[in-house]
Amino acid sequence: MFRVEMAKAARRWRTWVLAAGFVAIPTLIVVALVLTSEPPEPGEGPPFLRLVEINGVFASLVGLSVIQPFFLPLATGLLAGDAIAGESSAGTLRYLLVRPVGRVRLLGFKYVSVVTQVVAAVVIVALTGLAVGGLAYGIGPLPTLSGTTLAVGPALLRVAGAGLYIALGMAGLVAIGLLFSTLTDSGPGATAATVGIYIVMEVLDALPALRIIHPYLLSHHAMAFADLFRSPIALDGIARGVVVDAGYILVFFALTAMLFSRKDVTS
Amino acid sequence: MSVLATHNLTKHFGDQVVVDSLNLTVDRGDLYGFLGPNGAGKSTTIRMALGLVFPTTGTVEVCDVPVFSPGRSDGPLKLVGAVVEDPAFWDYLSGRRNLELFARAAGPLDDSARRLAQVDEVLKMVDLEGAGRKHVKAYSHGMRQRLGIARALLGAPELLVLDEPTNGLDPQGMREVRHLLRRLADDGVTVFVSSHLLTEVEAMCDKVGVLSSGRLVAEGAPGSLRKASGSVVYEVDDGEAALGVLRSLEGVGVEDDATLGASTGAPARIRVRLEEGVTSAQVNGALVGQGVQVGAVIPERERLEDAFLSLTEEPDEHEWVPHAE
Repeated sequence: MFRVEMAKAARRWRTWVLAAGFVAIPTLIVVALVLTSEPPEPGEGPPFLRLVEINGVFASLVGLSVIQPFFLPLATGLLAGDAIAGESSAGTLRYLLVRPVGRVRLLGFKYVSVVTQVVAAVVIVALTGLAVGGLAYGIGPLPTLSGTTLAVGPALLRVAGAGLYIALGMAGLVAIGLLFSTLTDSGPGATAATVGIYIVMEVLDALPALRIIHPYLLSHHAMAFADLFRSPIALDGIARGVVVDAGYILVFFALTAMLFSRKDVTS
Repeated sequence: MSVLATHNLTKHFGDQVVVDSLNLTVDRGDLYGFLGPNGAGKSTTIRMALGLVFPTTGTVEVCDVPVFSPGRSDGPLKLVGAVVEDPAFWDYLSGRRNLELFARAAGPLDDSARRLAQVDEVLKMVDLEGAGRKHVKAYSHGMRQRLGIARALLGAPELLVLDEPTNGLDPQGMREVRHLLRRLADDGVTVFVSSHLLTEVEAMCDKVGVLSSGRLVAEGAPGSLRKASGSVVYEVDDGEAALGVLRSLEGVGVEDDATLGASTGAPARIRVRLEEGVTSAQVNGALVGQGVQVGAVIPERERLEDAFLSLTEEPDEHEWVPHAE
């Protein structure tokens, strides 16, 4: 079933348009930097932007920081929202279920295949950033936020860690999107709801008065990946983020499986 | 041995009763026609048989194994192939690719391999070998319908469940589907096919169940349904003598308005209504035995529709149409 999902994704325009978009984002950032003579002011633009001209590796991190708050949740919402609702509105859901593909098994494979595609998006951004950044500014030992320097090998490992952490946060969002996807026959509806929920979380996260709920928001811990570039690594924020992400994945997947297993499929 | 059986199968959607205490039995090798007007509950029944919709009460079994049994992973659905309403596909893929992916989607790997090996065979069975490479998007309605049947045949099912498989087809396409189903049934596949077209079911099925408002209102051989309220016209050489014979027969209703030229010694056409258990041959024999010459025995085709309507029509919901009864 996983291979089936991957084969379907590979034949869809959507997949390649998204992939092209994720190649374009870090490329555009580096091209813009190369074309402008003035370096960005400190605190201007996305995190790490100022550092790209020092070391191309930072282009990966800028790319990840740029996609994390909006583009990645959008793509995630699109894929997760469409996962079941798309089959449902196309009418293929009933044909999969009567094959028979078990309902929880179907959800499981849909979940894994969407997460795989989200990971692919993150990998595309990181690798493109590395390639384009490296081409423009070279790749060298990485200065950390704490003022020390990292050799190239460990630096790339930490970039990979950052990507993985960001993808994990999105895996929580995939679980939410999958739930919406089983509740409606409209893929775009489920997508809008999923992206909407993420934006609401980001807005709530920006309201100081709601500090008490901040630790439970999926988006709150997203930028903690920057802590990977301290020396030594500050694990607190990341560990809390991992726990919250895992919580969202478990709770929403279990809820989805429970509801979907009992649902009358009338589409 | 029954291949499909329902026991008091009932489904409520809200406070609407869609299927009401349905008891159906489809035996191995049957080509069973599930007949009823649109909205009678046919699709809901089929969806329950396929595990898509959960019964409110009652059970449904395929090959004596319950379709709904909590905690059981090896349900009987792998013995079933189905077309449920429209044959839906991934339109951006070719017909062949669709079948390959559906073949792979379910079950243990060795089953997948077995189904994959059948793709060519089932495409050939529905005459789509040539069109297999085309995107499903470009398929005509008839081709989609046939591809749907091909998908249902993957895995060599014991039971084929088809919901309105000739819907939207032209007469040529309908005939092809009917021939295909007949051939499959002759090869030992049990076929359960729903339709709202009486003539279609008549033309191909061994056994018919009539559903109306969620209840089974009649079941039997197609001919037996027709006889229940069917009429027959006898062309005789002597109208008066024939009427005398017919009126004396048990279980034969002579309709007053349907007798033409019934005078002594003159040819006539007489329409009679045969009750259950009386065959037109028996009546014919009685006429001939009394010296009446019978030129033709014509079962009234249009009365089939009446039989269907009188079985399925709800008097309080429709304008009352008087039947000549």
